[in-house]
Amino acid sequence: MTITSAPVTGEATKTWSGRSMPRKEDGRLVQGQGAFVDDGGMHGQGYAWFVRSPYAHARIVSIDCGPALAMEGVYAVLTGEEAKAMCEAPFFAIAPPPGSLMQEWPLAVGKVRYQGDAVAVVLADTRETARDAAERVVVDYEPLPAVTDGVAAAEPTTPLLYDEAGTNVAWHGVYDYGDVDWALENADHVVKLDRLHFHRFTSSPLECNGAVVNFNRGTGVVDVLSNYQMPMFAAMVVGPTIGVPMNKFNFVTKDIGGAFGIKIGFYPQIAALALLSKKAGRPAKWTEFRTEHMLSAGHGNERTFLDIEVPVMSDGTILGLKARAFDDAGAYLHYEPLGAVIWSQVVPGCYKLKHVRVDYTEVVTNKCPVVPNRGYSRMQHLWLVERIVDVVAHELGLDAVEVRKRNYVQPEDYPYETPNGCIYDSGDLPRSLDLALELAHVDEWRARQRELGTGSGRRIGIGIGSTLDSGTNNFGQSRIINPELPFSGNGEAAFAKLDLFGEINVNLGTTPQGQGHETTAAQVAADILGVTPEDVTVSTGFNQANNSYVGFSGTYASQFAVSGLGAVMGAAQKLRHQIVKLAAFALQAEEEEIELEGGTARVRGDEERAIPFIGLANMVYTNNAGLPASLLSECDLNARYVYVPPFEVPDTVAKTGNLTLTYASQVHVCVIEVDEETGEVKVLEYAAVDDCGKRINPLVVEGQVHGATGLGIAASLYESLDYDESGQLQEPSFYEYHVGTAMDIPDVACGDIESPSPFTPNGAKGMGEGGGAPLHAVCAALQDALGGGGAVVSESHNHWARVYELVHREPGAPRGVEVITRSGGLANDAASL
Amino acid sequence: MGERATSHAVTVEVNGEKVSRIVAARQLLVHFLRDTLGLTGTHIGCDTGNCGACSVIVNGKLVKSCMILAAQTDGATIETVEGLAQDGTLSPLQESFHEHHALQCGYCTPGMLMSATYLLRHNPEPTDEEIRRGIRGNICRCTGYVNIVKAIRAVSRRQATGGHAVTAAAGEEV
Ligand code: FES
Ligand code: FES
Repeated sequence: MTITSAPVTGEATKTWSGRSMPRKEDGRLVQGQGAFVDDGGMHGQGYAWFVRSPYAHARIVSIDCGPALAMEGVYAVLTGEEAKAMCEAPFFAIAPPPGSLMQEWPLAVGKVRYQGDAVAVVLADTRETARDAAERVVVDYEPLPAVTDGVAAAEPTTPLLYDEAGTNVAWHGVYDYGDVDWALENADHVVKLDRLHFHRFTSSPLECNGAVVNFNRGTGVVDVLSNYQMPMFAAMVVGPTIGVPMNKFNFVTKDIGGAFGIKIGFYPQIAALALLSKKAGRPAKWTEFRTEHMLSAGHGNERTFLDIEVPVMSDGTILGLKARAFDDAGAYLHYEPLGAVIWSQVVPGCYKLKHVRVDYTEVVTNKCPVVPNRGYSRMQHLWLVERIVDVVAHELGLDAVEVRKRNYVQPEDYPYETPNGCIYDSGDLPRSLDLALELAHVDEWRARQRELGTGSGRRIGIGIGSTLDSGTNNFGQSRIINPELPFSGNGEAAFAKLDLFGEINVNLGTTPQGQGHETTAAQVAADILGVTPEDVTVSTGFNQANNSYVGFSGTYASQFAVSGLGAVMGAAQKLRHQIVKLAAFALQAEEEEIELEGGTARVRGDEERAIPFIGLANMVYTNNAGLPASLLSECDLNARYVYVPPFEVPDTVAKTGNLTLTYASQVHVCVIEVDEETGEVKVLEYAAVDDCGKRINPLVVEGQVHGATGLGIAASLYESLDYDESGQLQEPSFYEYHVGTAMDIPDVACGDIESPSPFTPNGAKGMGEGGGAPLHAVCAALQDALGGGGAVVSESHNHWARVYELVHREPGAPRGVEVITRSGGLANDAASL
Repeated sequence: MGERATSHAVTVEVNGEKVSRIVAARQLLVHFLRDTLGLTGTHIGCDTGNCGACSVIVNGKLVKSCMILAAQTDGATIETVEGLAQDGTLSPLQESFHEHHALQCGYCTPGMLMSATYLLRHNPEPTDEEIRRGIRGNICRCTGYVNIVKAIRAVSRRQATGGHAVTAAAGEEV
C-alpha cells in the first residue's frame, strides 16, 4: 500500500501572509454547497414559530393555547409564564441598578414591551403547521401608552416600561476629561448646536437568525446549532437562566450568512428554544423570517445629542466638545448598556481634542431592543465628532480639509494617548486624506461645482469622513458601566494539529460570516509550518467540542486579524516547535538545524537527511514503541494556544484606561449631486482610504472596506427604522426598508496605507466595521452642497424628502447653530492649550 | 362546488434530472427545492420578493422562487446554482466570482450567480450600468456590489472577445 504524505503540493516555502489570495471558502459557496443554519437539522425535530405582540406596550391579560394545541401536528406551546417557571433566574444583567431591575426572560412575562415581543412559541411537525398554530394562540392584551422618544423617555412624567425600576433610564454617567468649562470660557469662538440625531437602522444580514436546539433528556446536554456569532457569550447568559452548566452546552456554527453584530442579539430565542425542546422532548428548529427579523432581531443604537458646545480657536484648532447624549436602547437591555461605554474608545475621534464632557443617558423605550450593529456605538460618537468638525469649518468659513488636517492626530504623535487614556497605536491621517482627495478627483469636482453655479437646479457637494475602527476590546471597560462585573481583558483560542497522515488542521474559536478566516488563518499557518495555504485545512465555524475557545470567542468588534490570527500564530508556532523537536530526534540533528519546507522537515544543507510530516505523525500516533517518553509527552502534535492582548483594568471612577488595542483609520471622500427639485442625491464619486496596519490578505481587507462602505452609504441615504407614536415599526420588511441595491451603491475607489501596529503580534489591526465613515462623508457632502449659511445637516439619515427640506429651508428659519465669538479669548494662541 | 385540492402532483426537470412529487398546494417553489429536493443552495432572505437570494431559472426565465408555488411549475425545466458547474468544472461566472472576491458570506451568491447567468445569456456584453440593473433584484449585504460587478464584467468581456477563462494570478484551485 502506498500512502502519499499530505501536504501534497510540496511547493517551495514562500511567504503567504500579505498576499491577495482568492479564498478557500469560495469553492463550496459558489456551488450552493455551503452549510447555513436552515440547511441543517436534527433527527425528529419540530418547527418552532414565535407568537409575537402586535402592540408596542401592553399588559398580557391571558393566553389561550387550547385552539393551537387542538391542531393536528402541534407538539407543544410554551408561554412566557411557563418558560419563567422553568428558569432559575432572569438573564444576567450587565447594568447595575436601576438597569438591572429591567429584567428579561426568554419570553415576555406579564407585559409586552415592543411590537414583536415574543409571548409564546409553538412547536409543530411542519413550518406551515407551526405558523398556522401560532395564529391560533389567543392572546388578550390591554394596550398601554407607548414610549417612543429616546429623550422624552427619561422624563419623570413619561410612562414606565418597568414599574419595578421606577425609571426608564437604564444607565447614566458623566464622562469628563480635561477642563471643558475652561476651554469654553477661553476659546475665541464657541460653536453651539442644538441637536444632532443619529438614526436607527440595521445592517440586516441577508440570512436571518436561526437555530436548531435540542435538550437531551438523557445527558442534559443542550445542542445548539445556530448562526449565533458570539457563542460563549450566549452560553454564559443563557446557562444560568435555564440551569445548564457550560460543559453541557454544545454550541456549533457553520457558514453564517452575514451577521454584522446583529447576530449577538438572539440569545433569548436560543433559551426559549431550549426550554421548548425540553418541554416537547424533541429538537426545536427555528428559522427567523425577514419581517420577524426586522421587528425583533435587533436594531442599531439610536442616539440624540443635545446642547453641543464646541470651543474653537481662530486658527481652527478645536479644543474639545461638550454634549448631552441620549441613547435609545429599545425595550430590553440585550447587550446594553455596554454601548454607553464602548463609544469612549474613540472619545476625540481622529482629532487632538483635549477637553471633552459627555453626559450620557441610556434609556429604554417601546421599540425593538438594540444590539451591536457594525460600527457599534463608536460610529454614533464618531459621527458627532465629524459633524462638529464639519460644522465648525462651515460656520467659521474655514476650509474643511485644513480644519481636519490641523486637528488630526499627527503621524509623529503615535502612540497617542487620548484624554481618557486610550492609546492610538499608529497611523497617518493627513496622508490618508490627501490620498482620498486624489482618488476622488476632488480638484476636478471643485471646478465642476463652480461651473455649475446657482440656478442649474443641481448642486454638487464634496464631503470628508474621517473615522476610526477600534479593534480588540478590553472587556474591562464594562466595569465603567458596572464595577461589579467580572470581566476584563480579551483573548481568542486556536488549535493546530498534525493529523495521522501528516495533514495540517486548524480550528478557530471564531464564527466567520464572510471575513475569510479560513483563508487568512491558512496563510498565517502555512508561513510558520513551511507549507502552502492549500495544505492547511481550517474547520468551518465554531464547535465547542473542538475546545478551541475562551469566554470571548466569536467574530465581532474588529479583532480577528489581531486576536484570532494571534492565536493561530501561537498554535502554529507551538506545533512547529514540536515538529522540529521530533525531526531533530528522527534525523539525529540539532533543533536549530531543522527547517520545514513543503511538508518535510530537513537538516539544513543536507539533502539526504529529511523526513516528511507523515513520518513524524506516524512516530507519534501509530508507531511510538521505543520513543523516549519525554519526547512523546512534549510532542503530541496537538497545539492549543490562547492569544491574550496586554490590558490593564481601567480606572472605573475616572473612566480612563486603554480600552482597545488597535485603531485602524478610514478616510472617505464622497462627491454627490443633489437635485434641487426632488431632493434626490446621487453619489458621483467615492473614495475610501483604509489604514489597518499590516494586511494579511489585501483582497479580503478591500472586500471589507467595500462592504462597510456599501452599508454606510445605504444607511445614510436609504435605510431607516422609524416608529410611529403608537410604537408601530414603519419598515417591517424589505419592501418598506429600502436596502441598498446595486443601483444605489456606487463603485468605490480604494486606497491603502499600512501603518503597522506596534502592539500586535503581526503588525495588523482589526478592521471590518469601518467606523461609519460613509455616514460622516455623505453628511459632509450634503453640508457642502447646502453651502455657507444654509441648513445644518443634523440627521445621520438623509433620504430625498429630508434633503428637499434642507435645500428649501425657509429663509430665516432657525438653523440650530450659533457661533459666539469672544474678543478677549486667548486669541490665536492655540499652542498654549 | 368541487372540493379544493390541497395537494398536487408535480413533475419537473431540475438541473437536467426529472423528478415527480406530490406537493402541498401552498408550498412555495423555494421550499420545494430546499426541503423536498434537498437543493439547499437556493436561499431565502426575505418574505416579500425583494432580496433575490432565491433566484432560479424556470423555463429560461429568471424567477424568484419564493414568489411562485411549486404546483405552478409542473412540467417546467428548472436551473439552480447546483447545476452551474459542469462535470466538476466551475462555470466562468463561478470562477470569476472566486477570482474577484465577489462573495463574502456567500449567502446571496447562488441567487446572484443565477441572475448574472441569466443576464449574460441575454446580454453577453453588458455595460456596467446594465450589469447593475441586471442584479438590482439581488441584495448583497457584504460586498457593496463592487466586486460582483467586476466579476460579471470580467466574464462578459471574455465571452465577447471569445477568450477563454484566464487563470487567476494566484492560481488558486477551488
Ligand atoms: S427570498 Fe425570494 S426574493 Fe427574498
Ligand atoms: S456575500 Fe453576503 S450577502 Fe452577498
